[in-house]
Amino acid sequence: MHAESLPSIFLNAAIVNNFVLAMFLGICPFLGVSAKKETAWNMGLAVVFVLLVSSAAAFGINWLLVELQLEFLRLICYIAVIASAVQLVEMFVKRHSPALFHSLGIFLPLITTNCAVLGLALFQTQKEYDFIQSLVYALGAGAGFVLALMLMAGLRERLALSRVPDVSQGAALSLMLAGLLSLAFMGFAGLGGSHG
Amino acid sequence: MADLPKYQEDLTLDTFVRGLWKENPVFVMLLGMCPVLAVTNSAINAISMGLASTVVLVGSGALISLMRHWIPKQVRIASYIVIIATFVTMVDYAIQAISLDLYAALGAFIQLIVVNCIILGRAEAYASQQRLVPTLVNSLGVGAGFTIALFALGSVREILGSGTLFGIHLFGAGFQPWVVMVLPPGGFFVLGAWLLLFNWIKLRRERRIETPQGIPANAR
Repeated sequence: MHAESLPSIFLNAAIVNNFVLAMFLGICPFLGVSAKKETAWNMGLAVVFVLLVSSAAAFGINWLLVELQLEFLRLICYIAVIASAVQLVEMFVKRHSPALFHSLGIFLPLITTNCAVLGLALFQTQKEYDFIQSLVYALGAGAGFVLALMLMAGLRERLALSRVPDVSQGAALSLMLAGLLSLAFMGFAGLGGSHG
Repeated sequence: MADLPKYQEDLTLDTFVRGLWKENPVFVMLLGMCPVLAVTNSAINAISMGLASTVVLVGSGALISLMRHWIPKQVRIASYIVIIATFVTMVDYAIQAISLDLYAALGAFIQLIVVNCIILGRAEAYASQQRLVPTLVNSLGVGAGFTIALFALGSVREILGSGTLFGIHLFGAGFQPWVVMVLPPGGFFVLGAWLLLFNWIKLRRERRIETPQGIPANAR
């Protein structure tokens, strides 16, 4: 898998094995902040940034842990790095855009517990990507996350204007929509090699 | 030094049962969606995931409850995450030792238990304030609720998607499996369908309470 080309890694992470719709990572923010397009976009950007930082940091940490033969500490170190990266983003957003800080609300600190971030760090270790490949992988995963979030937000904005039966209000309908989106993304399967 | 707890909950049956239905982490609170959707393509995967999460939930809850007076308030979330990550690492190695097949099937999602909101949520909302025994009981209840929810999804998806339950064939050879159910979209559809069912039950119950007695229902 070392020979995998960079565009193929990117496409694979963004579309074929879309982090949200095909691998179920980051479902909480996907359902939580996809009610409005603008919030979704900002949330997406914050996640992309955290993904890039934590991907780079995870690569360094993994190298260090393998050198020291302390691989069993991997999970604890990864989560500590991710928590710090999220803290960084939180401070930055609070300082530069208090309005955005309020609209993201609790979901900003919750990026720490976004499976997509930890999942990315674990998968890049599992696939033994080198440094550049890891960064491209992170970028692809981020692009896929933003894409899924924006598509969902667009659909839900339309949905808010239409009348639906009482029973299907709320999460149930969102999940059905997500299922249809996921079905659509399955059309890409096989485009870039099919390994999870 | 953590603040003194505001109230100490007495140990009642409700401490346990609450997690099963009224505060079911998946169906009511919509937490921990990622493993719920990702590993429920067969009943056995779903149950193993539920049990693994329960072990982490109970273990970390117990430790946090014991240490609640020594964890400084400012760094409590970080402390909780480190404690949870420790238990997850243990479970991860244990599963690897017990069954390699299962380990391969669940993949990265065992390690992703760390970022399961249910566990951190319990730690913050319950274990950090309550004594050891109620915490243990409550964690067990929530863990059982989570396992039941996972099983509800996993069994439906396995029966429809491959015509089996725990690997035993249920239908004759004429059964055409709905392959979509074991693929990613199936997860969304089945969970959505369960939520629809619960919404329907809830609405019906509310309507029955609202309808004044003496007036027939069709006169509304």
